[in-house]
Amino acid sequence: MTKCLILSMEEWAEKKNKKKIVVEKINLKIGEFTCVEPISLINTFNAAVLGSWLDSSEITIETIPFEGKCSKCNRLYFPKKENGYKSPCCNFNLEEIISGRELKIASIDFKEK
Amino acid sequence: MHLPISDKIELNILHQNSHQAEKNKIKFNNYNLLCLNIMSSPGAGKTRLLEITLEDLSKKFHSAVLEGDMTTNLDAARLEKLNIPVVPITTGRACHLDANMVSGGLKLLEKKINPDLLDILLVENVGNLVCPAEFEIGEHFKVALLSITEGEDKPLKYPIMFREADLILITKVDLLPHLNFDINELKSNIASTNPRANVIEISSITKSGFDLWQDWISKKILKFKNN
Repeated sequence: MTKCLILSMEEWAEKKNKKKIVVEKINLKIGEFTCVEPISLINTFNAAVLGSWLDSSEITIETIPFEGKCSKCNRLYFPKKENGYKSPCCNFNLEEIISGRELKIASIDFKEK
Repeated sequence: MHLPISDKIELNILHQNSHQAEKNKIKFNNYNLLCLNIMSSPGAGKTRLLEITLEDLSKKFHSAVLEGDMTTNLDAARLEKLNIPVVPITTGRACHLDANMVSGGLKLLEKKINPDLLDILLVENVGNLVCPAEFEIGEHFKVALLSITEGEDKPLKYPIMFREADLILITKVDLLPHLNFDINELKSNIASTNPRANVIEISSITKSGFDLWQDWISKKILKFKNN
């Protein structure tokens, strides 16, 4: 995932002229229902970019809650592992996921040299 | 130095992989080649499943395998004995196959055989219940294996893998009489995570469930070919 993030940043920077910018913050939106552990992503990113053009950049992560929709009564709810992800209102299995699968670079804060 | 600028891009971190996966899928479609992504934890029985499956399947359909492994070609060597085209993909330190690796594997496969002659490509992913679930490779269907020795709770602990799967094979069910294992609890946990998944109980020892699994594959191939 860290590699994918860095490749995405490289791709973005190519359009900006990498040598003329300094990235200050990479603002991510990471859903709770993904395979990404935010602190691990930050640590591996920091290690991977040491000495590179992204060395001085900082990652911020907005966690997007895992939200499902009960397919019986249409109520939104926050699925919990302890409850088998079932809806608390009708005890229905998790059919529809409303949010929590996000793996996004929301924005990049940078300065021009 | 100028004032900071905020570039709001809202870009999926995995977009490059998704883009390559889409290219792979177009290639599979052009070859009229159905691709299955086979995933599980290490030791759930993926390679043994393929060995048994391909003994019969390769008599009816032209089959090939891309064999993902972190450090060895041991699994690929087992499958090569079936006299089908097998391409090993050694991922090194990576714990999953990504779309680029599969694209590379497909290029190597093209050197072994004209994929137009194939009906099905089985991709055995690296044994891992986490990362393979997030990385599309261009497959048409995802198949997840879960052996009963892993415990009933795994669909709840690794929900994304089982949520993403089109078919879940519960393996090693011949061990049921010897274990304190509640298969109904496992099925309930699978249904909680993924109510739409098909589930087949299977044993590589007794061969139970293989008829259902082979039937599932055959139907998918024929439907794909007829579309």
